Amino acid sequence: MTHDGIGAPLRRKEDRRFLTGRGRYVHDIVRAHQLYAVFLRSPHAHAEILAVDAKAALASPGVAAVYTAADIAGKINGVPCAWGIVGRDGKPMKEPPHPPLAAGKVRHVGDPVAMVVADSLAAARNAAELVQVSYKVLPAVTAVAEAVKPGAPQLYDDVPGNLCCDWAVGDKAATDVAFAKAHHVAKLDLVNNRLVPNAMESRAALAEYEPSTGEYTLFTSTQLPHVARVLLGVLMLGIPERKFRVVAPDVGGGFGSKQVVYAEEALVTWAAGRLERPVKWVAERSEAFLSDAQGRDHVTHAELALDRDGKFLGLRVSTLANIGGYVSTFGPNIPTNLYGPLLAGAYTTPAIHCEVKVVFSNTVPTDAYRGAGRPEATFVLERLVDVAAHELGLDRVEIRRRNLIPKDAYPYQTPVMLQYDTGDHAATLAKALELSAWSSFAERRAASAARGKLRGIGLVTYIEACGLAPSRIAQQLGARGGIFESANIRVNPSGDISVITGAHSHGQGHETVFAQLVSELLGVPCANVEVIHGDTARSPFGLGTYGSRSAAVGGAAIAKAAGKIIDKGKKIASALLEASEQDIEFKNGAFTVAGTDRSKSFAEIAGAAYTPPPSYPLETLEPGLEETAFYDPVNFTYPGGCHVAEVEVDPETGVTVLVAYTAVDDIGTVLNPLLVEGQVHGGVVQGVGQALCEDCVYDPASGQLLSGSFMDYCMPRADDLPLIVSETACTPSAHNPIGVKGCGETGTIASPATVMNAVVDALAQYGVTHVDMPASPQRVWQAIQAARLRPVAE
Amino acid sequence: MYSFAYYRPASLGEARALLGQIEEASLLAGGQTLIPTLKQRLASPDAVIDLKGIGALAAIERKGEALVIGALARHAAVAASPVVREAIPALAALADGIGDPQVRNRGTLGGSIANNDPAADYPAALLGLGATVTTCERSIPADNFFTGLFATDLEPDEIVTAVSFPIPRRAAYVKFPNPASRFAIVGVFVAETAAGVRVAVTGAAPCVFRLPPAEAALARAFAPESLDGLSIAADGLNSDIHAVAAYRAHLVAVMARRAVRQALA
Ligand SMILES: Cc1cc2nc3c(=O)[nH]c(=O)nc-3n(C[C@H](O)[C@H](O)[C@H](O)COP(=O)(O)OP(=O)(O)OC[C@H]3O[C@@H](n4cnc5c(N)ncnc54)[C@H](O)[C@@H]3O)c2cc1C
Repeated sequence: MTHDGIGAPLRRKEDRRFLTGRGRYVHDIVRAHQLYAVFLRSPHAHAEILAVDAKAALASPGVAAVYTAADIAGKINGVPCAWGIVGRDGKPMKEPPHPPLAAGKVRHVGDPVAMVVADSLAAARNAAELVQVSYKVLPAVTAVAEAVKPGAPQLYDDVPGNLCCDWAVGDKAATDVAFAKAHHVAKLDLVNNRLVPNAMESRAALAEYEPSTGEYTLFTSTQLPHVARVLLGVLMLGIPERKFRVVAPDVGGGFGSKQVVYAEEALVTWAAGRLERPVKWVAERSEAFLSDAQGRDHVTHAELALDRDGKFLGLRVSTLANIGGYVSTFGPNIPTNLYGPLLAGAYTTPAIHCEVKVVFSNTVPTDAYRGAGRPEATFVLERLVDVAAHELGLDRVEIRRRNLIPKDAYPYQTPVMLQYDTGDHAATLAKALELSAWSSFAERRAASAARGKLRGIGLVTYIEACGLAPSRIAQQLGARGGIFESANIRVNPSGDISVITGAHSHGQGHETVFAQLVSELLGVPCANVEVIHGDTARSPFGLGTYGSRSAAVGGAAIAKAAGKIIDKGKKIASALLEASEQDIEFKNGAFTVAGTDRSKSFAEIAGAAYTPPPSYPLETLEPGLEETAFYDPVNFTYPGGCHVAEVEVDPETGVTVLVAYTAVDDIGTVLNPLLVEGQVHGGVVQGVGQALCEDCVYDPASGQLLSGSFMDYCMPRADDLPLIVSETACTPSAHNPIGVKGCGETGTIASPATVMNAVVDALAQYGVTHVDMPASPQRVWQAIQAARLRPVAE
Repeated sequence: MYSFAYYRPASLGEARALLGQIEEASLLAGGQTLIPTLKQRLASPDAVIDLKGIGALAAIERKGEALVIGALARHAAVAASPVVREAIPALAALADGIGDPQVRNRGTLGGSIANNDPAADYPAALLGLGATVTTCERSIPADNFFTGLFATDLEPDEIVTAVSFPIPRRAAYVKFPNPASRFAIVGVFVAETAAGVRVAVTGAAPCVFRLPPAEAALARAFAPESLDGLSIAADGLNSDIHAVAAYRAHLVAVMARRAVRQALA
């Protein structure tokens, strides 16, 4: 048997399905007599709703129903938040109601105002145009720095200053002391631009209701079906779990935007119940731009205190975070708990204080977007380290070497909550410098200069926290539920295996990787293991997939369940082999009496479990071979590493091209190197998108989304990218039984800062010390113009 | 999309007859502009008259000192045509730089110029080469054809049948693409023709325009250095989230120099 367990570079089992168009997405599911829903959305960023008149729409041909806020009042509860944060004054965040259909007021362009359900999509659209809404337009505010100013338009009467929460982490007094004795203080003001997630499959939901049993089924494009069932069913609709099945079939990408629970999902379910017909809604791309939870959007001032030798003494960060018009499912948690504690980075900075004002504005709500808080923290820290190096005349590699947490200092307690388990930053740094040919950069810079181009190189040494999350810690930080993961391993009578995971795959490749894990642990061929996910009727309660948690938490749950299978197998083997249980060893897929050649294969044990032979002690041992495990991690996992980017800038036009990228990531145990490389590539590219082209822009006066389609919202494309060099290092995580750390977000966490450090390096000769993202041609050209310094001769 | 009647005439005469009968009809060529407009419900014609059944309108041929391209010639066909590549390689390269493969395999010359998007590429070639637009009624010199933002000299029911491009001594088109859409933020077409040097700029302003100071300088000496110090006023140029007017003005000069360099290469 070829090895196809842990570490084998298997191609995805899913590939054939996805690459030949045989995936089954919500859009592909069609039900007899289904109705089509269309949402009428606010054209205004901020307005009072004076009246809604649906008469003409209701009379339009083919229309089954038109629902407005008045129709659902008291019947559907508001969209809930799953994570409530607590301010520095000990008070909970402000959590104004989030009605599924705007009631009284609209708070961003795209806020749903009415739902039209009709026999066909065209009929629903025609009717939606007939819904008369009269608005009184109010002044809007979209920029976070404006929203906190006195006199800014107020989104909520009872949220003064638009301030959802004034949050802080770290020891302010200790940090002040560190700054008082600093030799140098480096300062930086920066913006982390807002992004649109743009999953390839837009959101979609199809609900059906069976009146004879009162059962609902919702097919929805989500990352977390079980969580959605609780939030939508129990909290919003009052449907008990036993009557509500949520299925996430194939899901074409989520990146965090589908770990959010949305009003449309609840409304479609409710309408299916009222109308007793299936109701389907598929978001158009332009609708996705106006309603999928967006990412990032920070304005930050940061200061780093250093001693004479360039050692970091203290870090102070003050951030305004824009969470949009409503509190989204995990919205307030992202710029706080997933941001502040990450500011220690890979360094020994002894004192850190971070304050974050979480602010409402007339924009689409923000929530998790690949990396979620951690790219923002890495961007602040790693840009600031470069600024400090520049001001102190220190080499950028050297300043990092002096401050990296040494390998033998692990486990390492940071001053901002986290305790890192393992890592070796000196090693990943050295490897990245070697792979990127850092030391010969000057030659490449000269070659570019000969062609009239400015070449820059940048690096980042990062660490991140993922594997969400230890329930105890998460709940202390405001999570309104536990965050463990579940697994059920069902050994079938013939010895083949079904694995049912509470995690969810929306492109990651769980069906392959989890099969490899089980193959390794139980010694069966990978081909004999089927992984099932995404259906509340089939899997035990699980939390879904986000925060690079599937392997570290979901994988650990599978390992735990596999351990139980082996324990039971040993009991069965001890009976069949007439040996004591303690003497049975499980190795290479067989149960053997230690020190003998008496042995039973895994399949024989499975067979015995379902067809108990006379020697099977049915009085004391249940038949069957199926185990469920719930795994709650002891701590987060901490991937880290070093990334290096090289860019070439055309000084005449400002066009910046990424010419080389190297990623060396310590992600602990590698389950499948091929899939890891894919995750790293995708992650890096997503960060490169932010660094060089993606930008969600609202018109400050009207609050309209100016980058509302791909004509104006620039996604990175294959021809924008160089070959990405990706290598992994491994210091196994001590926080889970399989030693994995997570690789889903590392690329996106490290690459924006890496690329921008290279861009600033390219422009350093003009005296440019910082450029905000994205480094679009116009912005780079303007930076050069503004510097107005003649280039120092090469 | 609202519902509409669909016609696919087999001849120009049939198409004109339909236009005469139907109150509000839209001509359909490659559909790369019209179909999205219909899908977004920004237009609601009574009928769509699909010109693609009129095969004769897709011809590409050399006629003496001119290259004549039918209105229905797709961008991909123009880009790949040996006749175009030999006669006016800059035009083939321009067509090859429009949109993406899907767009190039559907979009047409006639549709592009009839639409006259301020960021479209073909208008720069027509104006830069001094081409002539042929319609079912008449001939219109490029200098008179493009009249403003999404506006042309075409009458409501006038069908473009072909464009005749004089073959230049040398020419080049250099485009600075919008990073998102890859339409032209600025595109400059430079040509040295029998009738003199012509420089046309697309993307920068509401409508494609010629650049007389650059033409005069290049007429004296056709070299990139002739454009050193060429300064373009930002007044009246387009501004959007990708490029403010001042940046566009700067890019016009840069792209013009690059186009001359490329024409000479
Ligand atoms: C994603 C995308 C990217 C693009 N990128 C570029 C780019 O980089 N550069 C660029 O220049 N263009 C670009 N385009 C536009 C494309 O080049 C099309 O050619 C253009 O949209 C119109 O041509 P069409 O044949 O598709 O016309 P249609 O969409 O069929 O018609 C457009 C208009 O012209 C009218 N019309 C069509 N044919 C005639 C005719 N023979 N006589 C009179 N009126 C006529 C129609 O009635 C309609 O009003 C892009 C389009 C898309 C969708």
